[in-house]
Amino acid sequence: MTSTPVTPPAAPAASAPSAVAGWVGNPWARFLLRRAGRLLASLAVLVTLAFLMIHLIPGDPVRAALGVTAPPDLVEARREALGLNDPLAVQFVDYLRALFSGDLGVSMTSGVSVSETIGQRLPATAGLAVVAFVVVMLAAIPLGLAMAVLTRGGRRRGVELGFTSTSAVVAAIPEFLLAVGLVFVFGVTLGWFPVAGREGAASYVLPVLALALGPALLMARIVRVEALAVMDEDFVRTARAKRLPPLRVYLRHVFPNALTSTLTIGGLLLSGMIVGTVLVENVFAWPGMGMTIVSSILAKDYPVVQGIVLVYGAAVLLVNLVVDVLLAIADPRSTIREG
Amino acid sequence: MGRAQWRAALRNPVGAVAAGLLVLLAILAIVAPILWGDAAEATDPAALSQGSTSDHPLGTDALGRDIMFRVLVATRYSLGLALLATAICVVAGVILGVLPAVLGRRSGRLVVAAVNLAVAFPALLLALFFAVIFGVGARGAVLAIGLAGAPSFARLVQTNVAAVSGRDFVAAARVAGVGRFRLIVRHLLPNVGEPLVVNATVLAGGALLAFAGLSFLGLGVQPPAYDWGRLLGEGLDRIYINPSAALAPGVAVVIAGLAFTLLGEAIAQVVGIRTTRRILPRRSATPPADPADGASTATAPAPTEPAPDAVLAVEGLRVGFPGAGPDGWTYPVDGVDLTVRRGETVGIVGESGSGKSLTALSLARLAPERAVVTADRLDVVGLSLAGGDGDALGDEPPRDDPAVRKHLGTRLAMVFQDPMTSFNPSMRVGWQLAEVARVHEGQGRRAALARAIDRLRTVRVPAPQRRAHQYPHEYSGGMRQRAMVAMGLMSEPELIIADEPTTALDVTVQRQVLRLLREVQRETGAAVVLISHDIAVVAQLCQRIVVMYAGRVVEELPADRLDRAAHPYTRALLGSVPDLTTDRELPLATVPGRPPDPASRPAGCAFAPRCSFADDVCRADPRLATVAPDQRAACWHPRLDDQKQHGQEPHGQEPHGRQPHEEGVSRA
Repeated sequence: MTSTPVTPPAAPAASAPSAVAGWVGNPWARFLLRRAGRLLASLAVLVTLAFLMIHLIPGDPVRAALGVTAPPDLVEARREALGLNDPLAVQFVDYLRALFSGDLGVSMTSGVSVSETIGQRLPATAGLAVVAFVVVMLAAIPLGLAMAVLTRGGRRRGVELGFTSTSAVVAAIPEFLLAVGLVFVFGVTLGWFPVAGREGAASYVLPVLALALGPALLMARIVRVEALAVMDEDFVRTARAKRLPPLRVYLRHVFPNALTSTLTIGGLLLSGMIVGTVLVENVFAWPGMGMTIVSSILAKDYPVVQGIVLVYGAAVLLVNLVVDVLLAIADPRSTIREG
Repeated sequence: MGRAQWRAALRNPVGAVAAGLLVLLAILAIVAPILWGDAAEATDPAALSQGSTSDHPLGTDALGRDIMFRVLVATRYSLGLALLATAICVVAGVILGVLPAVLGRRSGRLVVAAVNLAVAFPALLLALFFAVIFGVGARGAVLAIGLAGAPSFARLVQTNVAAVSGRDFVAAARVAGVGRFRLIVRHLLPNVGEPLVVNATVLAGGALLAFAGLSFLGLGVQPPAYDWGRLLGEGLDRIYINPSAALAPGVAVVIAGLAFTLLGEAIAQVVGIRTTRRILPRRSATPPADPADGASTATAPAPTEPAPDAVLAVEGLRVGFPGAGPDGWTYPVDGVDLTVRRGETVGIVGESGSGKSLTALSLARLAPERAVVTADRLDVVGLSLAGGDGDALGDEPPRDDPAVRKHLGTRLAMVFQDPMTSFNPSMRVGWQLAEVARVHEGQGRRAALARAIDRLRTVRVPAPQRRAHQYPHEYSGGMRQRAMVAMGLMSEPELIIADEPTTALDVTVQRQVLRLLREVQRETGAAVVLISHDIAVVAQLCQRIVVMYAGRVVEELPADRLDRAAHPYTRALLGSVPDLTTDRELPLATVPGRPPDPASRPAGCAFAPRCSFADDVCRADPRLATVAPDQRAACWHPRLDDQKQHGQEPHGQEPHGRQPHEEGVSRA
């Protein structure tokens, strides 16, 4: 990390005004307050870092962006336009003010507003990430549960070994290499799916597969291990003593109790997948934010990079918040809310 | 980690393969640039962007350079950069990780908070952020990947250091005035070394993949230099012309990345950071149906017709587990006969390990997955679950169709030992009860819930309407056990098997639950099998008592004849029950010795080693034999005198042994 001052995460929640003392006693209110405080603190740090990024670059970012051949008065004019000649504190206040009015600045190279660029690119990236996440969940949970049922009590050692080793190897291959392999097999050799661009449902198949395969297998492993642990619990024996059909035992009694860690891992995977889109988008020429951020970094178009980093970071923080709230709902003993 | 551990890691097949690959890569990294460095740079204008030819097995790139040589030569740069990034990551991570242990409380917390915040962001996002700051290029990418991985490594160091710094030797060093720096270098880091080495190895794999990613995006290595990621990016543009230009560097990255990761995992397994899989001993798939010593077991010689009004009739019940026995199996339950008539209350007592709970679970077909249950006869609530010659029941139950489930689910009820863990924590209690009626009787949600509330009221759960909508953790232990009984009452049970239903409860609550069981028995006419290690508890509730020892029934007698118990073991159990007349000056009586391990039971009477009447005759197996009307004992020297003459006054001598107001604290 940098030398930026960091607010302790719990600080805002600690100073709850006494007017709300009535519902401070409610564990849900306390939990949400504390969690919202942490989100705000994290967002504050994120915004500060995004702002400081342009100042941490060694040398003159404008000179770097425009090239060594640019006339000095043009550089000076651009510096003045970007406000880089003001004192740092003034710049920060201006930056925050602009941010709250939805203004993320203007691209140094194209002159297009950054928020407009993001508005155009965000849907493609979000669509990819959401579809991939849904695929992960739909594939991993049944697969993990089925593997747990098949290999319970040390049965079917071969199946277990095959599943664990295959999933370990595939999950260790990064998404962009999987993507290249998929392009080769399904695009070049078989010609089944388009390998570039975003046109129609078929164009989603390969990028989603590349993004989802590793996380799905990882998740299935977690689901299997958790479900196996739950199957040894006393209450599963109670469910069996009630002579419920096996499927009902697994779906109503085993799975909901394996949900906590599934959710935790799911959240981690989702935030990883959001950023994983950067690489996958570049393999498949997907017109999302990932393509934009890479070309902007290469072109030294710092305002665009700043804006996109903010969007990615905020998305990750939001996912973390949603996961925590879901965990608190899913856990009736409310250990998370208390803790 | 010691040399032996490294060697063990290499003996592991995965570790050996991974280490072999890494050695190969290291050799390539050293020799490839020397041997083929020039060939990889040589352009061939006659062969631009070609596919596979005899001159160029993997084709050429846009300038006519040989792909195969370029991939081989790139090994050095790719590995070198990845290791450099790993080194930065480890150094930064260790510094950030030990800072909280050295700094004051305030600034230490600040560092922890900063690390926690940074960990929330995926490493790639941090790497992109740093790549912007440090600029595009190999140097910037090394710094970016190193620093991006630092927070999670720092978190790891923090956790490990925090675990160590609480220990005595660190406190001693502090007291002795060891400086902070020295404390870290000499006392903290050496003791957290192992997990750090393992994770650094895995980290190197991750750094390699991340570096390939950055180079692939064009943010890493810049031309004319090249690494695998750069080659992959260039190859992808021409994947239709020459797929191998993209696939070859991709395969190289995957192999190298996996080699690091798998080596790390292999070391971790040897060091035992992750627990290794428990390995079961080899054994035959099923236990022999008829054991070698089967002829001499306590089993009755030939199956007899059970009483016509029996709700439970078991003969020759054996439960085997794969284990250390002579034939690769151990039998915690080894030939149990039991008959329970309609409306009867039968208690099964014995020390822990006598096989009584496993007997109960096997009767209900709830034995653990690994257990193999065999029986000559197993008739439960009018359903024959085994017959003839020792059918295996445990592995794949012969009949598990909805009809059997419905029959057992409605007529057989179970109450388990620990009410705290026997309810599904994520389901409301009322719904867990209602489930029975919904599944077996096809009732609607509302009707089933109404019945659940009614049954909760029956077992005197206060405010059942509200309680039905609560989760188990909102119930007290005794209330949960009553709810468990209510669950059994959802249908009309003919048999209730209660496995140590009071063991986990307070004494006062124990009494409530026992009273409830008795009322339920009276009102529904269901037979009750009560399993307990506490003979006093059993004597209060039951008409007949079955005493188990080492997986067999050693005595069976009416509760009102407990004072005339014939088996020395039964007498020992009774003797260990304190009551109001027990002399409090003396230590509590116990049964001396310990029950035998089921894997190595002595031949003959299993109680003989603890029995003061044992002699040579006891080396042969005793069978259950009638010693008095309704009383059978498996003993060569049954005690036929009245126990009162010994000054012992056991419980349960009143008619039917029911003494609701005289329950003492009692342990067997």
